[in-house]
Amino acid sequence: MTNYITYSEAILEGFKYLLDNHKDVFVIGQGLWSPWYVGNTMRDLDKLYGKKRIIDTPVSENAVTGAAIGASLCGSKPIVVHPRMDFMLYAMDPIINQAAKWSYMFGGKANPQVTIRSIVNRGGEQGAQHSQILHSLFAHIPGLRVVMPYSVLDARDLLISSVLCKDPVIFIDDRWLYDEKDESKEVEKLNLEEVTSRKVLEGNDITIISSGYSTKISKNAIKIFNEANKNYSIELIDLRVINPINYDLILKSICKTKRFIVVDGGWKTCGLASEIISSVVEKLDPNILLSKPINLSLKNCPAPSANVLEREYYLSEQDIVSLLKRELLDS
Amino acid sequence: MVSNRYLDDLINPEKNQNTFNLNSISKKDCEDLYRKLTFIREVEFKIAEERKNGEIGGPVHLAAGQEAIPVGISYHLNKNDYIFGAHRSHAHILALGSSLKGLFAEILGRSTGLSKGYGGSMHLIDKSVGFMGSVPIVAGTISLAVGAGFAISQKNTNSVSIAYIGDGGVEEGVFHESLNLASINNLPVIFVVENNLFSSHMDIKKRQPSSFTSRFAKANLINHKIIDGNNIIEVINASKDIIKETRENKKPWLIEAFTYRWFGHVDWREDIDVGTNRCRKSLNNWKLRCPIKRLKESLIEENIMDQSILDNIRTEIIDEINNTWEIALQEPFPEKNDLLKNIYFEKK
Repeated sequence: MTNYITYSEAILEGFKYLLDNHKDVFVIGQGLWSPWYVGNTMRDLDKLYGKKRIIDTPVSENAVTGAAIGASLCGSKPIVVHPRMDFMLYAMDPIINQAAKWSYMFGGKANPQVTIRSIVNRGGEQGAQHSQILHSLFAHIPGLRVVMPYSVLDARDLLISSVLCKDPVIFIDDRWLYDEKDESKEVEKLNLEEVTSRKVLEGNDITIISSGYSTKISKNAIKIFNEANKNYSIELIDLRVINPINYDLILKSICKTKRFIVVDGGWKTCGLASEIISSVVEKLDPNILLSKPINLSLKNCPAPSANVLEREYYLSEQDIVSLLKRELLDS
Repeated sequence: MVSNRYLDDLINPEKNQNTFNLNSISKKDCEDLYRKLTFIREVEFKIAEERKNGEIGGPVHLAAGQEAIPVGISYHLNKNDYIFGAHRSHAHILALGSSLKGLFAEILGRSTGLSKGYGGSMHLIDKSVGFMGSVPIVAGTISLAVGAGFAISQKNTNSVSIAYIGDGGVEEGVFHESLNLASINNLPVIFVVENNLFSSHMDIKKRQPSSFTSRFAKANLINHKIIDGNNIIEVINASKDIIKETRENKKPWLIEAFTYRWFGHVDWREDIDVGTNRCRKSLNNWKLRCPIKRLKESLIEENIMDQSILDNIRTEIIDEINNTWEIALQEPFPEKNDLLKNIYFEKK
C-alpha cells in the first residue's frame, strides 16, 4: 500500500529529521508552542524535543532573527520561524546587513549557518499587511540563498538541505500548498549548493517557469488547457532555488520550445519574473524566440481585502490558460 | 544603593581625576595593565596620524580615552567566550590579544588583514581570541551576542557572551528586544554600555531624558552596575564578579561604564566644534580623567614603578607599533578576482 504525505506533514518530517539527527539544531520563533500559529508543520515539536530546543519567543522579530544568526556563528544550526512574511520585515537588518554579508565582510572567516523560514499566508480577506510574498526582495541580496519549494518532498528535503547548508538561507513555504499530497519516500539528502530547477512536465511548444504555489497553478492550468487542446505539449520548470539561480535547464528548454512564460506570485516591478526574462534574453540569441517573453506577476498594488478585489489581484489557473490560448492557438 | 553624588560625579568631567588604590592587583598585573592601556592608546594615535596623512583610505573610529573598559573586561575573558563589537572596536579586539599586524593590515586593506581586506576598520574578526565580529550598523551585533547566549545555553558550557554597545546603540529598538529576550531566557550575556555621552556629534542630554542608560536594564529585570569606565581598577573589580556570576548563574548583566573619547566620532580630528556641548574645556577635563594618566600616577605614588621605567615602556611600545606598521605596509593587497569570493561559504 502506498503512503501519502501532505506538504505540511513533509515540513514536519523535515524538522523531526533535523532535530533527531543534528543535536546542534534548534528552532526559534513566534508561535512555536501553539499549533494555532504554524499549522501542522510544527505540531508537538516542543513536546517531543523540549522547550529548550523549540523556543517560542516574545514579539521581537528583529532580535530573535539576530539571535539565531549569532547562535549560528557559535556552533549552533538554528532555524528561525516567521509565521508571516509581513512580520519578518522587522528583521531586515539582521537578514540583509548581518547574515547576508557576514561571510564576505570577514573574508570568509565565519559563516552564518542559519535558516530563516518564512511562511506565506495570504488570501481570506487578510489585506495588505497579512498577505505579502517578498521572495524577490530577498533574491536581490548577494549572500542569501532563497529556497521556494513547490513539491511535497521538496518541502521536506529542501528544508533539511537548507539547514545543513553553511550559508544563510531564506526558506519560503506557502500555506496554499499545505494540503498538496504526494507519495511518501525516504529523505533524499541534497547539497543545497547543487540543487537546481527541475522539469515538472515535459513539452515542446512553450516553457512555463515558476516556483512555489505558482508552479501548482501552472501545472493545473496546463492540465485544463490540454484537456481541450491535446495536440500541444507544454514544458513546466519549477525553480526550487531562486537565489542564486542556475539557468542551464531553463535555457535548454527555451531553446527547444522557443516561447516562454514566467509565472510569479510576487509583484511585477523588479520581480523574479522580470529577472528571469532579462537573464534569459541576455544569455541566448533573442532571435530564436517565436514570440515575446511573457511576465505574469501580481499587479503592482498592495493586497486588497474585499474578496471581489482579491480575485482580481491573485493569479489564477484561468490567467495562465488564457495566455496559453493566446500564445499557442491565436498566433 | 549607589549614591546620587557618585552618579553625578561620573558624568562630571571635573570629578574623578584621582589616582587608584592598587591593593587588589599584583605588581606584575599592574605593569601588564599599564602596557595594554598604553599599547591601545598609542595604536589609536598611530592610526589617527596615518589616516590624517592619507595612508589609510577608509574611515576610522578611534577609542583613545576609552581603553580601560575593554582592557578591564577582557582581563576575565578567555578564548571560549564570545565577544561582539561595533564601529569603534580596535580597542575591543586588541584588549583580547589579537594581532596588531592583522589589525593594521586590515585597516590598510591588505589580504593578510584580520578580515582579508574585505572589512577594513569597521569589520573586524578574530575568532582565535573569541572576537566574533564587529560591524558599524549601530546596535547590529547586540542580538547576535544574545544568540551566542542561546548557543552557550544549548551546549551548556560556562562561556559568556559580551555585547559592546555605545550610548547611541541603546536608542535602537533592537537593544530593548535583546535585553528582554536575554532576560526571559536566562542567557549568559553581558551588555557593556560604553557611555561616552555622545552619539556621533550629539550629546546624550539632547537625545535621552536621562544620561544613565542602565535604566533599561531595570525595565527588563536585568542586574546592572554603573562604573567609572576611566578607572581600570574599578572596571576590573566590577567585571570580575559580574563575569563569574554570569558564568555560574546563566543570567544576563548590564555594565554601564562612563567614559569619553578624545577624538571626534570618526577620524583624527577632535571635533570640538561640530557637536552639541562638546567643547575644549570638557575635553581637557576628561583628559585629566585619563585612565592611563591615573594609573601611571598611582604606580608612582605607591612606589610600584617609577616614571623613567614607565616612560621607557611607552617608548618601547611606540617603537613596536611603528615597526609593525612598516611591516603591514609591505603586505599584499587582495587580487582583483577576489571580488566575487566569499559571498557564500567556500571550502578552505
